[in-house]
Amino acid sequence: MGAPFDLNDDSVVVIVGSGAGGGTLGTELALKGIKVVILEAGQRHNMEDFINNEWDSFAQLAWKDMRTTSGSWRVHKNFPNLPAWIVKAVGGSSIHWAGASLRFQEHEFRTRSTYGDLQGANLLDWPVTLAEMEPWYVKAEDKMGVTRTNGIPGLPGNNNFKVFEAGAKKVGYTEVSTGHMAINSQPRHDRGSCQQIGFCFQGCKSGAKWSTLIAEIPVGEDTGNLEVRSECMVLQIEHDASGKVTGVVYADKDGNHQRQKARIVAVAGNSIESPRLLLNSASSMFPDGLANSSGQVGRNYMRHMTGSVYGIFEKPVHMYRGTTMAGVVRDEARFDTKRGFVGGYEMETLSLGLPFMAAFLDPGAWGRSFSTAMDGYANMAGMWLVGEDMPQETNRITLNTDVKDQYGLPVANVHFDDHPNDIAMRNYAYRQGAAMYEAVGATRTMPTPPYPSTHNLGSNRMSEKPRDGVVNKHGQTHDISNLFVSDGSQFTTGGAENPTLTIVALAIRQAEFIAGEMSKKTI
Amino acid sequence: MTTLIDRRSPPRQSPGGPSRRSLLAGIGAAGALMIAGGAIINPREAWGLEVTNLKPETMRTLIVMARDIYPHDRLADQFYAVAMKPYETGSTDPALKQLVEGGVAALDTIAQGEHGVPYAQVGWEDQRVAILHKMEHTAFFEKVRSGLVVGLYNQEEVWPIFGYEGSSADKGGYINRGFNDLAWL
Repeated sequence: MGAPFDLNDDSVVVIVGSGAGGGTLGTELALKGIKVVILEAGQRHNMEDFINNEWDSFAQLAWKDMRTTSGSWRVHKNFPNLPAWIVKAVGGSSIHWAGASLRFQEHEFRTRSTYGDLQGANLLDWPVTLAEMEPWYVKAEDKMGVTRTNGIPGLPGNNNFKVFEAGAKKVGYTEVSTGHMAINSQPRHDRGSCQQIGFCFQGCKSGAKWSTLIAEIPVGEDTGNLEVRSECMVLQIEHDASGKVTGVVYADKDGNHQRQKARIVAVAGNSIESPRLLLNSASSMFPDGLANSSGQVGRNYMRHMTGSVYGIFEKPVHMYRGTTMAGVVRDEARFDTKRGFVGGYEMETLSLGLPFMAAFLDPGAWGRSFSTAMDGYANMAGMWLVGEDMPQETNRITLNTDVKDQYGLPVANVHFDDHPNDIAMRNYAYRQGAAMYEAVGATRTMPTPPYPSTHNLGSNRMSEKPRDGVVNKHGQTHDISNLFVSDGSQFTTGGAENPTLTIVALAIRQAEFIAGEMSKKTI
Repeated sequence: MTTLIDRRSPPRQSPGGPSRRSLLAGIGAAGALMIAGGAIINPREAWGLEVTNLKPETMRTLIVMARDIYPHDRLADQFYAVAMKPYETGSTDPALKQLVEGGVAALDTIAQGEHGVPYAQVGWEDQRVAILHKMEHTAFFEKVRSGLVVGLYNQEEVWPIFGYEGSSADKGGYINRGFNDLAWL
C-alpha cells in the first residue's frame, strides 16, 4: 500500500517537521522503501508563489505562533515574541536559508577536549568525529549540489562580494571565496542555475537553491512511500505502558484532533519546537517530558555568536543584487585563543532590503545617526559574522504555562544570555569586519546586533552518556528506542559553520541507521 | 492636487480659502503643512489629507514628529503623511485617539514651556529632538516610532529614493542587470 497512509497504520515512521532534517530523513527513508508520514505545521507553497518583498514574504513564511523570551539578549528587548526568524511551511527553514554549506572542522566535534573546562560553558565532545561524518558530508554535498565540491564551479561574485573580497585581501585574509553554496552555479539535478535574483531569504523563485520543498520531498513522494500532510500541528507524542512511543496527536487544518499511529517517531521541528513537543508530551510515566531523564531537554540552546557589520562607501554598491550569501572569509574560523576567545567564526556576505534594514540595523534607534545610515543604503556593503557560541545549561527552552497557543498548549519560552566568550568573539569580529571595509574606503561602519535567531541549535543534544544529553550518536533518544530527534537540536556544540549541511548529513546517516535497525527488528 | 485620503464629506474649508490664522500657523517646523478647515494641505507637494477623527493640528504635529524621528531630507512630507495616516483612520478607536491626542498634547506642553510655541512650531530639529527624548519612553512615542519602521520604509514609493530596487525575480533577477557592475574598487 502506497501513500496516503491510514491513521491506524502503525508501521509508518512519523516525522514531525519537513525542513532540512525532517524533509531529508523522510525522503531518504522513502527511497529505502520505508513508509513515512511527515506532519508539517505550515502550508505548502509552490516556489513560484514566493514573494520578492520582505514583509509580505515574512507574512507568508515565518513562524509567527506565539513565543516568549527572557534573558539579557537584545532580541528579548527588541523582539520579545520573535526569538527566531524561521519558517512555518513545507520545506521548513530550508526555504529561508541562504545556502552556505560548510563542513564542521575536526576540533569542533570535540570542544570539551580542545577548549578545556570553560567556566559557565557546558562543553561536551560530540559522540561522533569528523572522520565518521566525512562520508555523510560527501553524500550531503552531492545531494545538495554544493559549489566547489563534486566539480561544481563556484558562484560568480556580486557587488557585495567584490567589496568584501577586496577588503579581506587588504587586511591580509587569504581564505576568501564565493563559498560552498547549495545554489546551482550551473544546471544540475533538474534545477537551473542562479539568476542572481537576491531575496534568497524569501524563498528561491528560480529553484537554483536547494530546499527540501523542491529538491527532496518530491523525490520521496514519487516513490509512493512518503506522505506529507501540511497544516498539521503535532501536539503530543504518545507512548504505551512499556515506554515505547506509539504515535502522535495532531491538529489538522480544520483544527480537528487526529491520532496517527507510528512504529517510530522522529522530531524535527527546529530547536524551539522540538524540545517544546517533548516537554508538552509529559505523562505519568515521564513527568518531566519524553526523553528527559537527563533533564537536558531544552537546555544548552545555542544560536551562534552572530552580528553584522555594514559599511558605507563613497560610491554605490547595491549589495542586495544577486546571491545574498555567496561570499566567505574562513581565516577566523580556526581555533586560536590568542584572540581572547575559544572557537572561531566565519565572515559571510549578507544584505537586507531597505525594509528589513530599517527593522534590523539598530532596532529601536531613531534620529540622525540612524537615518543618515539609512540614507547610505545604496552605497552600503554588508557582512554577517557567524561563530561558535558556548552551550550553557541556563540557555534554555521551557514551557511558559502562563501563555497558551491557539491549541491551548503552553508556548515555548526562549531564555538566552551571552557567555563572556560569545561577547569577546563578537567584539573582535566587529573590529575585523570594520577593518575590512575601512581598508577599501568605507567612510562609516556599523556594528549591527544579532537578528532574531536563524541558527537554532542544541536543545536536545547528542551525548555519549545518557546523563549528559538527550540523544545518542544516531539521534536516537537515550530513553526511548523508537523516538528520534532529526534536526539541529541534536547538535552537541554549534561549530562556527552554518548548520544546514551538517543537519542534512546527520539526517542521511540517521536514515541509514533507522533502516538498519528496522530490518534487524530492534525498533 | 492629490488626495491622500478620500473625502467622505464635503470639505469644511472656509469660503475664502485658508484663513490668515492657518497660513500663519504654517510658519515654523510645520513648513508647508497648512491647516484648512478639516484638512492638512501641502500646496508645495500638491496633496491634501482630510482629518476628521483627530484634530488637524494633531495630525500636523504627528507628521513633523515623524520626520524628526527618522529625518530624511530627500523625502517629501507626503511619505511621512502616508505613514501617519493610520492614526487618523484608526482613531475611530477611542483608546488610540486618546493615546495620540494625549501624546501630542504632552509634546505641545513641553514645547510651550521651553519655547513658548507648540511642538510643530519649534524652529530647530535639535530643539524638537530634545523634547522627543523627554518622551521617548512613553507608549505614545514608541508606538509612533515602531510604526514608522514599517509605515515609512516599507512604502515602495520611497525605495527608489534610497536606491533600493525592490522585487527582482519578475525582471529576470540581476544576472543581466548589474549584479556585478561595481567598477570603482
